[in-house]
Amino acid sequence: MALETAYIQEKLSQKFGNNVLNFEMKRDIFTLEATPNAIHDVIRFLKEEEDLNFHFLTDLTGIHFPDNDETHQFAVVYQMHNWVENVRLRVKTFLPENPETVTITDLFLCANWMEREAWDFFGINFIGHPQLKRILNMDEMVSHPMRKEFPMEDSGRTDKDDRFFGRTPVNN
Amino acid sequence: MSDSKINMVAPPEGVTGEGFFATKLNDVVGMARANSLWPLPFATSCCGIEFMATMASHYDLARFGSERVSFSPRPADMLMVMGTISKKMAPILRQVYEQMSEPRWVIAVGACASSGGVFDTYSVLQGIDKVIPVDVYVPGCPPRPEQIVDGVMQLQELVRNESVRRRNSPEYKELLASYNL
Repeated sequence: MALETAYIQEKLSQKFGNNVLNFEMKRDIFTLEATPNAIHDVIRFLKEEEDLNFHFLTDLTGIHFPDNDETHQFAVVYQMHNWVENVRLRVKTFLPENPETVTITDLFLCANWMEREAWDFFGINFIGHPQLKRILNMDEMVSHPMRKEFPMEDSGRTDKDDRFFGRTPVNN
Repeated sequence: MSDSKINMVAPPEGVTGEGFFATKLNDVVGMARANSLWPLPFATSCCGIEFMATMASHYDLARFGSERVSFSPRPADMLMVMGTISKKMAPILRQVYEQMSEPRWVIAVGACASSGGVFDTYSVLQGIDKVIPVDVYVPGCPPRPEQIVDGVMQLQELVRNESVRRRNSPEYKELLASYNL
């Protein structure tokens, strides 16, 4: 019997009540939101509960929503995969300005580098991470470049024409 | 020698007499340097593939005295930077340049090494001349092997006419100082 989304929703709601919300089928992947306080337990439950068995963390990344309200400025997105049933799941948690959340490196070792990447690009602080430092950008960088307030282009550019980089409204 | 196809480099201007040939030391040193440039490839992306073609038999950079590709910076003369240099890579490129012994020359091959190219972004160095001095820029994305060969020939021209005292001149020291080298 395949793992039904309704069953996943029921199991999670039973266990976590109001800490899991906004269940929906979005772009072919069942998506839910968890509160920052519950996220670690939700991930652990999804991984360790026998009949859910989301034992594989496909991806972990951040998103910046500068236009959202204060408590929803950042999102951390966890993509999980049950290989046995071939069911995927997307878990989101929303964070305020100066985002902080609990690391899941104790559950998934692969989260180590993914969380470092999220720190590098979004400045999301994963509490309890064994070595939270930049992974792709140079160590001297002060900004978190994927946040919307930082410009994409390099400040030292000298001979670049904005028209050729799609940075003007009309390219002519 | 009669049926050989070997091209000899023409001797520099000078005075020939019976059993002697007089010329300027500058010209002899320049000629020797220009025809034995050891390249040090610093290839990070597609321009590096073009360089491989340049070194291979069809284009054969060895014809210009660059047979010996040096993978150690110390004996190399000509640093060829081919490809996108990210800001994280910049200190390494600098270190390689610092490890080369004088006299040393730099060719920036391709749009990325010359100016950052299409990568108008925070993570990419906007031209290697932000961190090290460059002698010859080869345009193209990527340049054809002919263009790379042309770049090397342009550099040979620079090398041939360079004064042996240039590396001790205050202007040169000032240039290095402007890059904090």
